[in-house]
Order: sequence, then C-alpha cells, then structure tokens
Amino acid sequence: MTKLNTVKWNHYLNYIVVAAITLLFAILSLTGFLESSDKYLLEKIAIAITLAVSLSMVVGFLGELSLGHAGFMCIGAYLGGKTAVILEPILGEWPTLIVSLLVGGVVAAVFGMIIGLPALRLRGDYLAIVTLAFGEIVRSVFMNSSKESFGGSLGLDTPRFNKDILFIIAFVMVLATLAVTQNLIRSKHGRAITAIRDNEIAARATGIDVTKYKLLVFTVSSFFAGIAGVLYSYSNFTVQSTKFSYNYSIEILVMVVLGGMGNINGAIIAAALITFLDVELQTILTGNLAVLQDLIYALILIVLVVYNNAPKLKSFREKYNIKALINRFRPHNPSKHRDDEAKWDRVPTKIKMDEVLSVDLQVSSPYTPDKAGKEDK
Amino acid sequence: MSKVVLKTENLGISFGGLKAVQNLNLEIKEKQLYGLVGPNGAGKTTVFNMITGVYKPTTGKFWLDGEDLTGKGQETINHRGIARTFQNIRLFNNMTVVRNVMVGLHNQPEYKCGVLTSIFRLPKHFKIEKAMRERAKEILDIVGLLDERNSLSCNLPYGKQRKLEIARALATNPKLLCLDEPAAGMNPHETEDLMSIVRRIRDEYGVTILLIEHDMKFVSGLCDEITVLNFGTSLVQGPPEVALNDPEVIKAYIGG
Repeated sequence: MTKLNTVKWNHYLNYIVVAAITLLFAILSLTGFLESSDKYLLEKIAIAITLAVSLSMVVGFLGELSLGHAGFMCIGAYLGGKTAVILEPILGEWPTLIVSLLVGGVVAAVFGMIIGLPALRLRGDYLAIVTLAFGEIVRSVFMNSSKESFGGSLGLDTPRFNKDILFIIAFVMVLATLAVTQNLIRSKHGRAITAIRDNEIAARATGIDVTKYKLLVFTVSSFFAGIAGVLYSYSNFTVQSTKFSYNYSIEILVMVVLGGMGNINGAIIAAALITFLDVELQTILTGNLAVLQDLIYALILIVLVVYNNAPKLKSFREKYNIKALINRFRPHNPSKHRDDEAKWDRVPTKIKMDEVLSVDLQVSSPYTPDKAGKEDK
Repeated sequence: MSKVVLKTENLGISFGGLKAVQNLNLEIKEKQLYGLVGPNGAGKTTVFNMITGVYKPTTGKFWLDGEDLTGKGQETINHRGIARTFQNIRLFNNMTVVRNVMVGLHNQPEYKCGVLTSIFRLPKHFKIEKAMRERAKEILDIVGLLDERNSLSCNLPYGKQRKLEIARALATNPKLLCLDEPAAGMNPHETEDLMSIVRRIRDEYGVTILLIEHDMKFVSGLCDEITVLNFGTSLVQGPPEVALNDPEVIKAYIGG
C-alpha cells in the first residue's frame, strides 16, 4: 500500500538495533560463548527495558506520574508464576511459558484498568500517591498470602526454563513492547494521547475521549509490566514480594526520566545502562563495600540531573553534545525537510525531573506547560 | 426564515451566591455571524463555557439544532457540533501545526480507525493517516498557515496561534463555531485578515459563528446580530449598529 519512500526508516531504527543485538547474543549463546552470568544480565536488561518502555507510555506520553509500576509487575510475576507452577506438569515447557505470559499480562492489564479509573479524576501528585499505595497493597497482599497459594513471605518457587533461550524470549518481548508502544504513539490515537498531555482542557474541547485514552494507556502499559513480571519469575526461579517495593517503582521511573521523558530510545538505553551498572556493581562491591553501590548509583543520578539542568553548564552542553557534533559534519539544511518530519517523541515533561527526584533547581526547561493553568477557564 | 442553530432559554449559572449569568435567551440562526459583547466580567466567556459543557448551567436549557444539550459533557457537545477556541490560547504545544489540526479531525466518521488497526499497522491505518494529513492541510490553507505546517505550534507568533486554534476547532466539523476573542492581541492588519477568514469559513463551510470580541470595529464590521451582556444579563439584542448605539449600552461601557 505504502510507497517505500514514505516509510521513515529512522522510525524503525530501534527495532533494528534491538533485533541485531538479540541476534548477536542468540548466536553467541547457542554456540556456547556466553556464560550464565551474561545470560542472567541480558534477561535483567530485557526485563528492565520492557518495564521502562511501558512506563514511558504513562509518564512520557500521557503525562501522568505513576509510582506503582512495580505493583503491576508483581501481579504479573505472582500470577504468571503460579500459572506456570500449575500448568508445567500438564502442558510442558513452551505452552506453559506462553500461557503464563498471557495470564500475567492480562491480569496486570485488568488491574491497570482499575487503577486507570481513579486516574480520570485525580491528577499529578494525587494520582502518584494512589498508584504508590496500589503497589504497596499488592505487595503486602502477596506477602501475607498463605504458603499454599502464593508462598507468603518465603516467596513462590517457579519452574525453570532453558537459560539459553529465556533471554531471547525476553528480548522478543522487548520487541513486541516496542512495536505496540511505538505503533500506538505514532498513530491518530497517539496524537490524542499526547494532546491530552499537552492540554487536557483543549483536548476535551476538541472532542477527544479523555476517559477512553487514559484507560487505554494504563491498560496497555500494565499489560507489558505484567509480562515483564512473568519473565522475572522465570528468570529468578522464585518470586519474592520484597523485590517489588516502592524503591523498584522509583528505579523504573528513574530509567524513564534519565532517558528523557517521552523518548523511547532514551528509556531503552537508560534501562540497559542502569541494569548493567546494578548487576556489575553487585559483583564488584562485595562484603563491606556493598554499601557503596547505592552511593555510586546516587552520584551518577545527581551528576546527570545537575548536568542537564544547571544554568551555568548550558553553553557547555550546547557546544559539546552529539547533535552538535553531527551537525558539524553534516550542516543542517531546512529546505530538505520533508512533509511533517518532526519527531513524535519530542520531549514534553509535564513532570519535571527535579520534581521527581526532589532536587531543588533554579531553572526549568522553556517548555513547561503550567500546572496551575488547568484550573482557570 | 432560516433554521435556528443554537437556542438558549433562561440560561443561567450561579457560583455560590454570585449570579454570573442570568436569564439569557439567544437565538442564533443558520449561517449567522453572532456577536457577544460586553464590558469585562459581564459573563461572556461563562456563556461559552456553559454551551460547550465546561460548566453545567444551574437554570435554563439550550438546544443545538433542536437537540437538548444542557448538562452534557464537553466531548459529547463537541461531537454534536459545537467547537470553540479559547481566550487564553490552548494549543498542543509539543506538536506540529499540522498535527494540532489532525487532532481536531480525530472524531470525524470518515477517519475512524480502531486502536488495533493502528497497533498492527493495517493498510487502513496508512490510508487514514494520509487522508487526515491532506484534509488538515486543506484546513490550514483556509487560515493561511499552510507554509508553517511543520513548525511546532508553540513557536508560532501569537496571531498565528489564534488562527491555528480556529483551524483546529474547524477540523471538528462543527455546526456552531464559538470564537473567544479571536482578534485579541492582533494588529489592525491582522484583524482585517482575520475578518476575511471568518467570513470565508462562514460562506464556504456554512458554519454558524458565535464570537466574543472587544474590538467594536471587528464586531460591527462582521456580525449580523449581537447581544450586549452586562453583569450577566442581556442588555440589548439586535443588529450591531442599533445595539451599539443604544444608550443603555453606552452607559454600561462608559459608566455614568
């Protein structure tokens, strides 16, 4: 239907890169070059990317702050894990995996929809508190479950899966998440979602069904969080509720924020980097040095926040960034602009980084839709 | 006599003890250019907010094409055919100009396309995207923003942002287009230009237009009929040259 020249290849760049990386590691893994710790790391990275991309839909594109993403993941992990435990002896390895992925995803999506309902009435900080409470409630429900149902505080033991293949499946899930998220965002529905983020009152007045789209985003986002949870349960052999605490939700949020809100590629890179750092630091810093891990992690965050926001570093930033370097070799030519080539994922940040991290910074970005503006006529 | 598009009967709203608008009776006929004028705080924007569903009227009712829309939500009212612009511009700032208009086209039946169609990138998705873009360009051409279609809407100058708001409202294919101070902040040249755009919209699209404006030259040059509001009640209704010269109206504006 479409002519080749209307297909914007750079829209598909991130699929290609992720697919290429997956293929590379798949070959390495099947030829036996990868150690089990590498495979573990890759699984963790894939799970983190799935989480970050799905959260970025809520935070970056819908513009609502959700602090309960780990809660959806928790639901997926427990229910998917339990399904796997029950079905494993009956169905065998592969069908069990597929069914449990679906069960985990769908149940999490249903809860996402339920959480989406108050999201229609609450805004900003209030919604953040509701989602935060939701995550904690989910966690404590599973923690206090009986030993027979979900393992209680000891955790739920889940079936094993061939480790050579599991990370490949995890990356296929990353590709699926990417495809759904980007196709949704780069369509008329995505336009409606970003319209709600940019100006909810105008979106309503333009006839956009705000209720429908908020529910849709929450549902799709938690579906993928649920799938990430199921993958987590397969990757760890055991699901423990302590993992899905408030801190983990924040960690996912930090991935999205570091990547630049509304920037899917950024979220992917940030998720991979943070997870890599996390796992590597865990192995390097052992014993008494383990306390340093949080410190280094925090330092990186602070440096990044200050670097991105400090007014005195502005000229330095503008001079030395990748875009400026590229432009030095390939001068920008506005007449070459084709029809509507502007990016879909231009950074919006209704939620500012310093707000999220509670850092007090003087200057904010020039594009900050006023929060107070929502109340007036 | 031509058809009545918007009819309000005893429309009123109070906020606590404050009666912002009372007993407003309007009858706007098809293809009419209707003006709503009055001093600051007279309740003009409140009237807009009531007929577009932002506020629910406390008394009275209003009908669009004979359909009672009192108390309906903003989305529903927009789907039925009332579109508006805002006094303080409300564009989708992080989107390009053409996409702003495409958001306006979102609910048109000819561009209907399910979420799954978009996610799985069925051929229909591409067809509709293309059709929407072409249509958006046509609408942008009317308000004279075609050349700026790929710039971000927040980078447009003020006057053009106002025109873009009109284009976006027009994209929802309204029967009644409500313009809230469309000429505010424009220089005389831009105002002239805007007048011809508003006339064109009325003539080519057959849209009935209700507008709030302080620029009396704009109002008297454009409107067929006006209502003067003061303290939430209508003072005079009639053709602009008659209504604006009414002693009551002059008193309301100048005082004394």
